[in-house]
Amino acid sequence: MKVVYTDNNATTKVATEVVDAMTPYFTEYYGNPSSMHTFGGQVAKKIDFARQQIAELIGANPDEIVFTSCGTESDNTAIWGVLRANPHKRHIVTSRVEHPAIYNLCKYLAQNGYHVTEIGVDSHGMIDLSELSDAVREDTAVVSIMYANNETGVVFPIEEIGAIVKQRGSMLHTDAVQAVGKLPINLSKSTIDLLTLSGHKLHAPKGIGALFIRKGTTFTPFIIGGHQEKNRRGGTENVPSIIGLGKACELAKKYVNEEQTRIKQLRDKLETEILKRAPDTRVNGHKASRLPNTTNLSFEFVEGEAILLLLNEKGICASSGSACTSGSLEPSHVLRAMGVPFTAVHGSVRLSLSRYNTADEIDYIIEHLPPIIRRLREISPYGRETKVKGQTSTVSARL
Amino acid sequence: MQYSPKVMDHFANPRNVGEIAGADGVGEVGNPACGDIMKMSLKIKDNVIVDVKFKTFGCGAAIATSSISTEMIKGKTLEDALKVTNKAVAEALDGLPPAKMHCSVLAEEAIEAAIDDYLKKTTGKGLEKKKAHKHDERHEH
Repeated sequence: MKVVYTDNNATTKVATEVVDAMTPYFTEYYGNPSSMHTFGGQVAKKIDFARQQIAELIGANPDEIVFTSCGTESDNTAIWGVLRANPHKRHIVTSRVEHPAIYNLCKYLAQNGYHVTEIGVDSHGMIDLSELSDAVREDTAVVSIMYANNETGVVFPIEEIGAIVKQRGSMLHTDAVQAVGKLPINLSKSTIDLLTLSGHKLHAPKGIGALFIRKGTTFTPFIIGGHQEKNRRGGTENVPSIIGLGKACELAKKYVNEEQTRIKQLRDKLETEILKRAPDTRVNGHKASRLPNTTNLSFEFVEGEAILLLLNEKGICASSGSACTSGSLEPSHVLRAMGVPFTAVHGSVRLSLSRYNTADEIDYIIEHLPPIIRRLREISPYGRETKVKGQTSTVSARL
Repeated sequence: MQYSPKVMDHFANPRNVGEIAGADGVGEVGNPACGDIMKMSLKIKDNVIVDVKFKTFGCGAAIATSSISTEMIKGKTLEDALKVTNKAVAEALDGLPPAKMHCSVLAEEAIEAAIDDYLKKTTGKGLEKKKAHKHDERHEH
């Protein structure tokens, strides 16, 4: 079956170049980089090279890059690392729209003796800087605010956030899993102290991540074990994936401009055409300050899982903030934090592109998505007519 | 998504979609906050459901349970239609994922609500003993 993959904020295709770079590290160079012998030692050199490739993408020093197993581990490492190194500080500031890796970690911390302040967002998903400014205090150990939102693609003004955090003498961690590779990032001129990135969001494999820890940051390791990663993360290195992440970052550096041009154009065309062809549809998220690859649309009167199932029948892969697709029967906390009405949350669909999407694929979605919405609206008890008649108004008005 | 072929069939080709003009009984159940609302309308003649149509806002399972339950009660007496349980609806679809069982409860409640509406209109008195509202219990808000 034809597959049109537009769920790249969930995960991405591993680039062929990445697979090719990794393969020898399964078949030939399987040595342990910590070994004394040349056979293992040569692998350590390759890890250093990968570290450099990553550092170059984000404007960091290679020494500031620590490999982890995934974005979630990087997030946990960052938060716990700072908290343990600063035991007298018991306060954390975060946002209401973080990825579960931070969102649920902060919930856990709040239940276990820490004070957590969650900063809200406006209806465009944009963070409230004055609320943030009021929240950071003397005992704030760390402020953890994402770089770009995975659901809406909304990009936060991270340097403005950092300036506030620095003014108050606290530390800034950012989950940049969705931003790295999609936006140019230069940490050499930045207020960010710790930054999370994940391999599988930028065409490297799953199971590899990295944490940027700015030189001089007081930090305690999260995974305690061997001397790997200069005692910052124990455990034998996942060599093939580290090599893959390095290669993926090298490629991302090459393609990051394309994100702003070709991919953005494809996204904009997709969004404009869908809005034109499927009335009663809204875009969730700030239209200007947004990742170039992401669109989050709410189709009134219909439910997201039903849309995804019919898209799936056409081979189109997307995701939704609907409760029925969350596994927990809870609708998207991100869209709820933005004040999106329940029905519009349930009818939300996220389409996220990558460098592998073509203009033909976008046309294919434009052709097939609007009829799916029309079809489901015919089944729905709600619609324009009910709105016009004013009987029940829209579903949202009933809440 | 782990739906049986039968769920997918009733979802993709739903039976008896619509609203009956001048219906004898209409039932609407569910909650937009949970993401599912089912509206069922009945045409009743001599205590028998001669026609039934539905409209549903909801996921694949909600649409499929609505569709199959209309088939299950069409031609049945009101008493027999009220005996259709959510379990029977789920079984008729060759099962539902555990997280989706509440959709079958919704179907059972929609039938009940439509019959209740009919009885209220004709006898001035609804169903004597309504079943507990299982659907809402499964969601916390």
